[in-house]
Amino acid sequence: MSSNKKYWKSVEELNENSSIVEALKQNEFVEEIPTDEFLGDKETLESSSTTRRDFLKYVGFSTAAASLAACEGPVIKSIPYVVQPTEIIPGVANYYATTIANGYDFASVLVKTREGRPIKIENNTMAPSNGSANARVNASVLGLYDSLRVQGPMQGENAISWTELDNAMMQKLEAVKGSGKDIVLLTQTFASPSTSKLISEFTEKYGNVRHVVYDAVSESAALDAYQAKYGERALANYDFSKAMTIVSVGADFLGDWQGGGFDSGYAKNKIPTHGKMSRHIQIESNMSLSGANADKRIPLTPSLQKIALAKLYSYVVGGSVSGTLPEATDIAIRQAASQLKKAGRNGVVVTGLQDVDAQTVVLEINEALNSRAFDTTSPIQTRQGNDKAVNALVADMKAGKVGALIMSGVNPLYTLPNASDFAEGLNNENLVSVCFSMKADETASASTYVAAAPHYLESWGDVEMKKGQFALMQPTIRPLFDTRQFQDSLLKWTENSESFHDYIKKTWKSSIVSGGSFNQALHDGVFVAGSSIGGANGASSNTVHSTSTELNDKKDRTWVGGVIHDAAVGVGIKEEDKDTYSSTTSSTTTSNTGSVAGISAKSGGDAARALAASAKTSDLELTLYSKTGMGDGQQANNPWLQEFPDPITRTTWDNYLTMSAKDAEKFGVKNWHVATGGLNSSLVELTVNGITEVVPVIIQPGQAVGSLGMSFGFGRKNGLKEEMQTGKNAFPFYQDFNTVQNDVSVKVVPGEHEFACVQLHNTLMGRGDIIKETTLEVFNTKDKKYWNAVPVVSFNHEEIPVTSKDANLWEEFDRSIGHHFNLSIDLNACTGCGSCVIACHAENNVPVVGKEEIRRSRDMHWLRIDRYYSSETTFAGDNEKKDNISGLSSSLSEFGELEHAADNPQVAFQPVMCQHCNHAPCETVCPVAATSHGRQGQNHMAYNRCVGTRYCANNCPYKVRRFNWFLYNGNDEFDYHMNDDLGRMVLNPDVVVRSRGVMEKCSMCIQKTQKTILDAKRDGRVIKDGEFQTACSAACSSGAMVFGDINDKESKVAELLEDNRMYHLLESVGTKPNVQYHTKVRNTTEA
Amino acid sequence: MKKPYQSLEVNSTNNMKQVIHRKLSATILRLSLIILLTFSMALSAQEGDPAKGKSLFNANCAACHKLDKKMTGPALRNVEQRLSDDEGLDRAWLSAWIRNSSGVIKSGDAYADKIYKEYGGAAMTAFPQLSDDDINNILAYTAEEAKAPPAGATAQVGQTPASGSGDGVSNKLILGALAVLFGLLALALVLVTKTLRRFADAKGVDVAIKDKSVPLWKAFAQNQFLVLVTAIFFLLASGYFVYGFFMQVGVDQGYQPVQPIHFSHKIHAGDNGIDCKYCHSSARVSKTSGIPSLNVCMNCHKSVYEYTGETSAEYTKEFYDGEIQKLYAAAGWSDADQKYSGDPQPVKWIRIHNLPDFAYFNHSQHVTVAGLECQTCHGPVEEMEIMYQHAPLTMGWCINCHRETNVKVKDNAYYTKIHEELSKKYGVEQLTAAQMGGLECGKCHY
Repeated sequence: MSSNKKYWKSVEELNENSSIVEALKQNEFVEEIPTDEFLGDKETLESSSTTRRDFLKYVGFSTAAASLAACEGPVIKSIPYVVQPTEIIPGVANYYATTIANGYDFASVLVKTREGRPIKIENNTMAPSNGSANARVNASVLGLYDSLRVQGPMQGENAISWTELDNAMMQKLEAVKGSGKDIVLLTQTFASPSTSKLISEFTEKYGNVRHVVYDAVSESAALDAYQAKYGERALANYDFSKAMTIVSVGADFLGDWQGGGFDSGYAKNKIPTHGKMSRHIQIESNMSLSGANADKRIPLTPSLQKIALAKLYSYVVGGSVSGTLPEATDIAIRQAASQLKKAGRNGVVVTGLQDVDAQTVVLEINEALNSRAFDTTSPIQTRQGNDKAVNALVADMKAGKVGALIMSGVNPLYTLPNASDFAEGLNNENLVSVCFSMKADETASASTYVAAAPHYLESWGDVEMKKGQFALMQPTIRPLFDTRQFQDSLLKWTENSESFHDYIKKTWKSSIVSGGSFNQALHDGVFVAGSSIGGANGASSNTVHSTSTELNDKKDRTWVGGVIHDAAVGVGIKEEDKDTYSSTTSSTTTSNTGSVAGISAKSGGDAARALAASAKTSDLELTLYSKTGMGDGQQANNPWLQEFPDPITRTTWDNYLTMSAKDAEKFGVKNWHVATGGLNSSLVELTVNGITEVVPVIIQPGQAVGSLGMSFGFGRKNGLKEEMQTGKNAFPFYQDFNTVQNDVSVKVVPGEHEFACVQLHNTLMGRGDIIKETTLEVFNTKDKKYWNAVPVVSFNHEEIPVTSKDANLWEEFDRSIGHHFNLSIDLNACTGCGSCVIACHAENNVPVVGKEEIRRSRDMHWLRIDRYYSSETTFAGDNEKKDNISGLSSSLSEFGELEHAADNPQVAFQPVMCQHCNHAPCETVCPVAATSHGRQGQNHMAYNRCVGTRYCANNCPYKVRRFNWFLYNGNDEFDYHMNDDLGRMVLNPDVVVRSRGVMEKCSMCIQKTQKTILDAKRDGRVIKDGEFQTACSAACSSGAMVFGDINDKESKVAELLEDNRMYHLLESVGTKPNVQYHTKVRNTTEA
Repeated sequence: MKKPYQSLEVNSTNNMKQVIHRKLSATILRLSLIILLTFSMALSAQEGDPAKGKSLFNANCAACHKLDKKMTGPALRNVEQRLSDDEGLDRAWLSAWIRNSSGVIKSGDAYADKIYKEYGGAAMTAFPQLSDDDINNILAYTAEEAKAPPAGATAQVGQTPASGSGDGVSNKLILGALAVLFGLLALALVLVTKTLRRFADAKGVDVAIKDKSVPLWKAFAQNQFLVLVTAIFFLLASGYFVYGFFMQVGVDQGYQPVQPIHFSHKIHAGDNGIDCKYCHSSARVSKTSGIPSLNVCMNCHKSVYEYTGETSAEYTKEFYDGEIQKLYAAAGWSDADQKYSGDPQPVKWIRIHNLPDFAYFNHSQHVTVAGLECQTCHGPVEEMEIMYQHAPLTMGWCINCHRETNVKVKDNAYYTKIHEELSKKYGVEQLTAAQMGGLECGKCHY
């Protein structure tokens, strides 16, 4: 039977008159293939003496010759030193204590150097405060090897010598001195005693010198308020480890609020001990890290925040204020107030509102509470910018009153809201400007001279982070380029032949260490006035204690079935049971220079009333913030930070407008996923005070309705690789240095934006076994089975826990001998700050893949921090909803609902890396046995054995394996640090750089554990607890990550394994991971 | 790739001749010594023993002084004579100077001050422990006449190869004679058959002509079994060679590159017995053994400015001295001025032992913890005139050793517990590195 079927090649064939169909009948292609074009010039092709056969012969022979030659190994040269420095042993790392002080980030750090080059930043545990490196500080080492650094002094585009610059500047300075115009030093906050002294010497020499301190993200209002009250331009210090009730009004104190560095203290009280933990209430408009960690979060627009703060004052301290709040909010504020009052000295209030009144109110409340966490004896010095002085400078520059402008550590043309005014002043032909900068950034390229500045790892310096707490900065490598730091130049220009190193030494010997050892201080990196921090013997005296608190339990609590009954926040506990804190404070004072006149202290009541009155509500309010990854944008050329996923939105390589779901609906703004797995969004035109920018939007759960958020630090253009020129600049919206802007409108414009977001599924869908969460009340009163149940399986028709021997498919391997490593992650202490992510990058040579690849879900992070939102108001609500689903119709709709995050969701962070399963699913499916298990519990990955089948990644329930789709270290498409010789300097020589086509994943820092073991073997000693560290656990300052050997029964991690809160991720799968998680406990107890 | 050593005969004849020569010169020396001694006896009543003096000199003075060459300090040949002739200073002054030179300088002595300044203001170490006898002995040693340079030795060496080449000729002769013999035999055979055939022709005997059978190769081609067997054989054989070829790709056993400076491990580690870890000090504490920096070389080579050991035709004294000069040039050392004056240039050595990047190897683990001899992996370095890679450095080679070698647990507190437990588990006295976990992938690959 013959078939009469007609087969259609395309719809076009339906059209009888189609020329295409006609053409295709005759030819293979519709159009002539332009062969001539790619064969080139026909004539030369024909006249060539090489025939096709000859050509093929040549190709054949050369290929054969090349492959034969490839069998010969290359000749590798080894070049030893001529004179080897005694402290350098090739192959052994040296550590130096130094300090980062770039005007935005201030931290005491240890720098790991190998063969003389810095390769990693670590925490300086000797530092009394600011001893922990955040993500940006961890990443800062890469900035040293930035190929776009300015390599020498320049006049405009031309390279000049330092002598030429010195001569020109000194001539000009002398000329300005006579002319009556001003010489202005516009600098970052140095907080450096030596630099202050040097600047005063410079002022003495030239007379009419003005020093303007400028912080890109200003804390001026807080400084003004503090100065008015305490007569000192500084910021109050907060020690959250002493606070049991924390109320924050718009202050992201786990982020960059007032210089940051508060998270380790905060995390201490987040871990429930003796049934108690702190309670944190966050009132904010954007979803911030602090809001995500809060026990209770109240989304509120900035204007209402002002009223709320004023009300809080009146409820706590007294007096009445005008203004109304929504009823529910008012109740919440009352509850917070009563909780604060009950907490008494254990309570603390902070605010991030850039308003002198708001800051005054907070100071007053804390005074009234007599808060332990509130510290005015060692105030923070790391923000000193003065908005008024900056504004005055811009005006003076425009008026031509400034003759010479010396800038260091600032980029006003990028960060100033009125950058065009500054540019106008800078272009004044009578003004000579010199900009100390590492990059040819916006300001540097517009200045008369660019003075190439060294990286902080190449510089000398000193910092007084908090009053009486000093830190030293020392070079860890010789300057890579012809650079000279600002202070050395000032010394030159004051005709002082000293080096800044000697200058610091002199200053310290005369007024800081006072008889103590400068070398010891340099070794430690830190020095606390009136004390000597012990070196080897670890003895530290009184002042160190001033920052550490000891919690002394007066008596042991009554344990009933492992449950403590007098629970909660230090509230309702009998006086004799209350914990006492012993703390000593030092009263060292140093003279403080620079005071702004004309600020008089307002009384708390007046300030609260003024604050409430100043609250103007508008339809839309914009809150500008800084991202965990990018900060103020000075490290924008750092690929690690660009690729660092924002802890909240999990988006990389971008900034955006955050908007609540309600507003998004109102404006018609959408976020949607496309087939490649990427996230797209609509574009909106954002207008703030007449300034317009088209920006993408991310619909942010928890964003207060009527508020918008946008981060600083993006949209830079100058001195950046093209790939790094991401996002939009938010600084033009930063009018009057106020992070809150009222005159805001939004309009959807055509077009869409492609994001590179690493987490598209935002909710937990009621899968309570991934992140276990409970409340303090339940934790204290109920049995472990209730809030941290081990999953059960059916065995012989009986339910048995998956951890039992009978539920095991595999033969158990005896791991009780030798080391057995475990990593413990406490979800309560983890703030999601992400320093572990960057530390892991630096330690393990993890490549940067770029925005396009991230969008394709090909990110290479060995360690990710998953962020989950609840769909109901709480995660417990999600679980309940899921459990109650029955039947098809209900499951379809309700699972669909569970995909959407709540308007004000609970948030949880979960760092996930390779779980190093004892029964690893990846190991059984590898066809070439490239991944195998070690006795010490680590899941090994032999890269050179891997053939790239990716079976392991498919079989991994945790999705932690990463595949090298490209040769990221040798492919011009990926022009990041691994592709230039300078950037490769940062690579860790102990970890292999992976090639294309192999799988990689977290190794549990086997290079570090092996090194610890080897060191112990060499010394012939037993390893103590705490010696084993991974990059992430060492970087974790909140104590969330603890690493160690569980076969050492005395170790912390072995103790944590037995903890009630401990569970394993996806325990029901039976993989027996070596990573422990600890149930998150939220303190929801209302007072 | 290895450089062939010179033939044994050459060396031995050479040595013999040198020995004879040495004996001769020694007798002459001894004679002259006796004469000298009698003279000096007459000259001075305080006599020393030059042999004792020599050992004292080497122990105390040789770091800064040579007999015939200015070094950190002046040349000391006939120092006593010179001082008394030129400066009128006696042995008492000299003793005072040796025991406490700075004291003499402080006392305002003109000549002491002059010497002090001439040598850059570096005071001589004081030797208060030297007795008068010791000083006498040392001075007796310095008063010895210089040895005459061994003349004529090189000329004799030049003649030696002639005798050796004679053997080669005789071999060829025998072979040639044998060839001729066989040729003659073959010729004889041909002639015999020819003659026989002629006889047959003459007698009319019919020599049966053989059937033209199938040629051998055709028969072979027709025999399918044989073809199959041969094909299999050839396939296997070529497989064997291809496998062998691929297995040696990237294995550089015997790699012996020419280095920018001819550094002889034989002289340093062998003849002079310098400990490997004196130069490769970081092998004790680091993953790399470290190529010594030039300042380590100069520790000794400040005073070792010439080669005085055995020489051969290829490696003459001039050759070695030239290499020392290369070192001086690289370190920027001026031997004449005894100071660093030149522009130092790091030496670009060619690395011999190259492990691939994906393998982590730590020297200190093997050298310090396991207490292995360097020779275990690097071979007889002390015999290597030119350094070469002794071991294949393949993974199989590593693993074999880990399987066979016991962990050195003695006096190492780290191992106490784990060794006790593990050895009980495996039921062995002594654990091998493999049993300790030395075969796990992740121990070397990360």
